[in-house]
Amino acid sequence: MRVLAAMSGGVDSAVAAARMVDAGHEVTGVHLALSRTLSASPGRSRGCCTREDARDARRVADRLGIPFYVWDLADRFSADVVDDFVTEYAAGRTPNPCLRCNERIKFAAVLDRAVALGFDAVCTGHYARLEPRPDGPPWLLRAVDRDKDQSYVLAVLTAHQLSRALFPLGGAVKRDVREEARNRGLAVADKRDSHDVCFIADGDTAGFLHRALGPAPGPIVDADTGSEVGTHDGAFAFTVGQRRGLRIAHPAADGRARYVVAVSPSTRTVTVGPRERLATSSLTTCAPRWCAPPPAPGARVLAQYRSRGDAVPVTLTHHAAAARVEFAEPQHGVAPGQTVAFYRADRVLGSATIDRVHPGEEA
Amino acid sequence: MTQTRAYLDHAATTPALPEVADAVVEELARLGNPSSLHRSGRDARRRVEEYRERVAAAVGARPSDVVFTAGGTEADNLAVKGLFWARRDADARRTRVLASAVEHHAVLDAVVWLGQSQGAEVEWLPVDHRGRVHPEAVEAAITRDPASVALVSVMWANNEVGTMMPVGEIAAICRRHEIPFHSDAVQVLGQRPLHFAAAGPDVVALSGHKCGGPMGVGALLVGPDVDLVPVLHGGGQERDVRSGTVDVAAIAGFALAAERAAAEQPERAVRVANLRDDLVRGVLGVVPDAHLNGDPDPRGRLPGNAHIAFPGCDADALLMLLDAAGVECSTGSACSSGVPEPSHVMLAMGAAEGSTTSLRFSLGHCSTRADVDMLLEALPSAVERARAAGRLSMR
Repeated sequence: MRVLAAMSGGVDSAVAAARMVDAGHEVTGVHLALSRTLSASPGRSRGCCTREDARDARRVADRLGIPFYVWDLADRFSADVVDDFVTEYAAGRTPNPCLRCNERIKFAAVLDRAVALGFDAVCTGHYARLEPRPDGPPWLLRAVDRDKDQSYVLAVLTAHQLSRALFPLGGAVKRDVREEARNRGLAVADKRDSHDVCFIADGDTAGFLHRALGPAPGPIVDADTGSEVGTHDGAFAFTVGQRRGLRIAHPAADGRARYVVAVSPSTRTVTVGPRERLATSSLTTCAPRWCAPPPAPGARVLAQYRSRGDAVPVTLTHHAAAARVEFAEPQHGVAPGQTVAFYRADRVLGSATIDRVHPGEEA
Repeated sequence: MTQTRAYLDHAATTPALPEVADAVVEELARLGNPSSLHRSGRDARRRVEEYRERVAAAVGARPSDVVFTAGGTEADNLAVKGLFWARRDADARRTRVLASAVEHHAVLDAVVWLGQSQGAEVEWLPVDHRGRVHPEAVEAAITRDPASVALVSVMWANNEVGTMMPVGEIAAICRRHEIPFHSDAVQVLGQRPLHFAAAGPDVVALSGHKCGGPMGVGALLVGPDVDLVPVLHGGGQERDVRSGTVDVAAIAGFALAAERAAAEQPERAVRVANLRDDLVRGVLGVVPDAHLNGDPDPRGRLPGNAHIAFPGCDADALLMLLDAAGVECSTGSACSSGVPEPSHVMLAMGAAEGSTTSLRFSLGHCSTRADVDMLLEALPSAVERARAAGRLSMR
């Protein structure tokens, strides 16, 4: 096959590309320039936008003996991922930019271009498995390495996108991937993992949002008493379930910790309350997307609503425009804007963006 | 034997002749710093001066005009910044820099920097749709306030679209106003006749590897009455305007390459232009809606240059597909990370669409018909795919 390997400059995509070369594919490496400001911060590796990362990717391609190019997707990334990120926060929702990048950039703009140029598939270093099916697109499965599993951020992909994707690391564990990189003589073998939002170089999401949206001060209100317990510089910088950074002067009457339970940028209000106020018994979503045959309405499946979290049992009803998810046990910290991914055992069924969450009783 | 690669990027760099490589290696084995006062130093100095005389002879300059640099970019920077500082130091009113909008980045970015941080008032001289600066535009820009002009910089021939500039006429205008004129001739040596004394610019930039010499060496030709403030300070080895121990080995290769390029230029130009015409005809034959950018009159363009627009194609994709098929060409410039940029030359020519759909094929002394044939064979399917990619928006 003719394979386009997306190479971020990190160890995972490097080993993924190497494995594709070993498998006998005709591989071309591409580094995606996603940020206009290619500033290197020596000694640190944050995100996937630095000059250093571009060089690391190039050196891996050299080592593998494959052609290498840099594709400029900065404008697309800015419009589809960064602007979306800001708009979602501005509306009081909690977006996941990595998921958006997979959906709109890596497996849309890049994949479409690759197919147009005659490539058969796009390969990335994501930890997820694809299980071929004789009668249709492959199943998307959780990775063998549960700590690294990235099936959640891939759950937005359609069956069509998955049929053109390759994830060579789905069966690997991270430790072995580093070892393999070392054995292959790849200089990125010991490079630090990136965890942060790649376009927020200093990791300060609140600061980034303040710069993008400007100041919008307002009250922090206690959900139980309705009284103002503090102030903030912008409701958009808060996320449901957040506990730190509230700067509330007075402790709660009961002396217990308080959490953000609601964010309303339109009234500039952040509402806080005790943990049980976070309890969610059910939620409704926007139009679900299925990468496997949709489950029957009322099916009992597993749902995961954040990238680092367990899948929990739910009852799922859905139609084309919306889905309703009822949790078997109330959940804490479910926020509108997040994606809920549906699983049956290890298999991804599909996903949907959370529109509303409904309070439930503390278990 | 069937060849597996077609190198059509001679304007980026052209292969060194085997004799040039030999001359570099031979010189590398010799001892001596040309600035030393003992015998080994004197010998090295003697050789540098001989090489200087040979470069001078090849380009119609006096040996004392030749200031060796570490390449064309350094030569351009020394010309633009050095002239600006010297002229402004002599008269504080001289803050205007007139430069063509299609200069190579070595001039363009130096001029932009002068504007951003040295108080220069930058005026970009417009070009026509063929990429040519009109002498009347230079005259008009100067005449608005002759006393305020620090320098004029117009390249001898454009590196992207290959358009020749009316250097002699612009030089005459500048001379009349007693304003120094710099011309970047990096693409010219070996392609077109180049006679420094006869042509008229006060300062001319040359590069070693564009004429078959080594990379990392070049020269600035500086007329006798031209004042320059140095960019590199130090021992003042080169006429007190350029410091640093000169790279004698690279200069040895440069001297031989320049000599050969100048001597063989008439024959090379005819042969290369014929091949270029074949290439253009062939491309338009297999891709009927493609068209040649720049000057359609072969007298008005570099003989080895074919800059062609492929409407609807994504040029970066086309380059990649041709590369995969063994054909090497260029889209213009890219940043240090490898991100391609739209061509400022095409934008200045009023061809915005062509700025992302055009490829430069450039031929040189060792190009053959087989190179052209390889391109013509690979092109149709590559264009078809690049069109499909062009329909998707990456930007």
